[in-house]
Amino acid sequence: MDMNTTQQTALNTGSHKMTKRSNKPTWILHLMVLPAAILVFIFSYLPMSGIVMAFQDYKAALGITGSPWVGLKHFQYMFQNEYFLQITWNTLFFACSKIVMNLAVPFIFALLLNEVRHMGFKRSIQTFVYLPHFLSWVTLGGILIDMLAQTGIINQFLTSIFGTKPIFFLGDGFWFRLTIIFSDVWKEFGFNTIIFLAALAGINPALYEAAEVDGAGRFKQTLYITIPSLIPITIVVATLALGNVLNANFDQIFNLYNPLVYQQGDIIDTFVYREGLLTGQFSFGTAVSLFKSVISLILIVVSYRLAYKFAGYRIF
Amino acid sequence: MYHKTLPYRIFSIFNYAFLAIISVLCVLPMLHLLMVSLSSQAPANAGLVKFWPIGFTLEAYTKTFGNANFLSSLWVSVERTVLGTALAMVVNTAAAYALSKEAHTFRARNIYMWYFVITMLFTGGLIPSYILILKLGLINTLAALILPGLVGVYNVILLLNFFRAVPKDLEEAAFMDGAGYLRSFISIYLPISLPAIATVSLFIMVGHWNAYFDGLIYIKESENLPLASFMQTIIVQADMTKFDPSLVANLSQRTIRASQIFIGALPILLVYPFLQRFFVKGIVIGAVKE
Repeated sequence: MDMNTTQQTALNTGSHKMTKRSNKPTWILHLMVLPAAILVFIFSYLPMSGIVMAFQDYKAALGITGSPWVGLKHFQYMFQNEYFLQITWNTLFFACSKIVMNLAVPFIFALLLNEVRHMGFKRSIQTFVYLPHFLSWVTLGGILIDMLAQTGIINQFLTSIFGTKPIFFLGDGFWFRLTIIFSDVWKEFGFNTIIFLAALAGINPALYEAAEVDGAGRFKQTLYITIPSLIPITIVVATLALGNVLNANFDQIFNLYNPLVYQQGDIIDTFVYREGLLTGQFSFGTAVSLFKSVISLILIVVSYRLAYKFAGYRIF
Repeated sequence: MYHKTLPYRIFSIFNYAFLAIISVLCVLPMLHLLMVSLSSQAPANAGLVKFWPIGFTLEAYTKTFGNANFLSSLWVSVERTVLGTALAMVVNTAAAYALSKEAHTFRARNIYMWYFVITMLFTGGLIPSYILILKLGLINTLAALILPGLVGVYNVILLLNFFRAVPKDLEEAAFMDGAGYLRSFISIYLPISLPAIATVSLFIMVGHWNAYFDGLIYIKESENLPLASFMQTIIVQADMTKFDPSLVANLSQRTIRASQIFIGALPILLVYPFLQRFFVKGIVIGAVKE
């Protein structure tokens, strides 16, 4: 009976599609995509053609068509430049630390939150920890610069508890790096737990019941049921993060750094902005950002392939 | 069963306490900022204000709202958010509707899809984009803040997944009655997807309100600067050179800085309850495949 209805519906939709294709003109659909397609052409595809600047000595007066070609000069200069190696290292360092921390902390936090049986309490916690995700780095930059100052509330607190000298959080390379990683985790860990909480909600309760019958305590249940159930989604998130190893978060660094910490804090994106845009070395800046885009593209494609292979993950 | 055992109860007490402390740490910075903004200047400058105002006063807020630069920036931000979101929704929903059709009805669908997705994977980068805006003569215009980011491919994918979830029978009934695609889009898909549209609009609004970098590079005149860029320049970079010194001198005082940051974040705090309700759903639905 059920089979019959399904088949019939399938047949019906089939015949509709036949009539639909002959009757409904699709030009209107083209027309509906057109505004988006035009905007994307102008603001995404036209800049891609501007990449040729990386192989020129771009002069504003001559334009892209008139500027002289210099081949790989800017790339040669880039790879021989020690400072470029330093910012590449900084970028990798920040991005990888954040990827690891932004997996580990939400993972543990989700496990702890999962033990909360009081629904009201759980929801309040979630409301609190998701909030920083929605604040911009301009807002947080303003707040952190104030709080982390020599006389700011955090140094006051540390001095009164440990009697230490005020720490120069945003002026000392070592502390700057810690501040960047810690503040990023602080901002995003709550939001990143969502995906783990969703996975936790999907665990079959029968597994826990069976474990209980077998005499497993909560710790063993967590060890043998909960954690293994979270492994697949953790692998997907970690794999997709691979595409981001050159994204150290421009907005965060840009709103917290200053010339004192360029050596330990400068990343590729902030470097392109300063050296490329502000000082007007358009060609060199484009070369640096092209280098980053190409590596990122390769990593994204690889990571999506891997995620698809491991977990059947598809974006659309 | 396990939750009645003594070790688990002890663990629970520590767990609740730990989670409570962590979650309070997530909002304390905002609270501290608010308290500084509500305090008198002297105790604030001396660093005496913690989590309660000392010498309560609204002076910082009256001074902030009395500043012409701040007000004009606030207005630019409102303008870009309202206009930008409205335009983005028209363009993105229309594209998402067309792309939600199967490839056998809309043959070019997959080609368009790749055309859009490629831009998610690879971009021209900062400098070519800047030169383009320069060549188009959009420097110092509102268009420079709205047009480049108008099509959000991620949002289009989110919307098209929503549209796919609409029962096909509804549209087929409309087709039987002689409606075309446009009519079906406006009279069926838009009304039925209102929650999805509200979610995506909210995301775009927050994005516009928080965007500062485009204003920083594309807007050279201080009265056209959106609020986020204005605050970035004045508070984060502490760079007063773009402005008339007599007008912005008092903006660098600690309480007034705090009040500006708080006002800047206020719209986000106000829509946050709605965001929180929607985004979990949005993420889940965005992840659902055909």
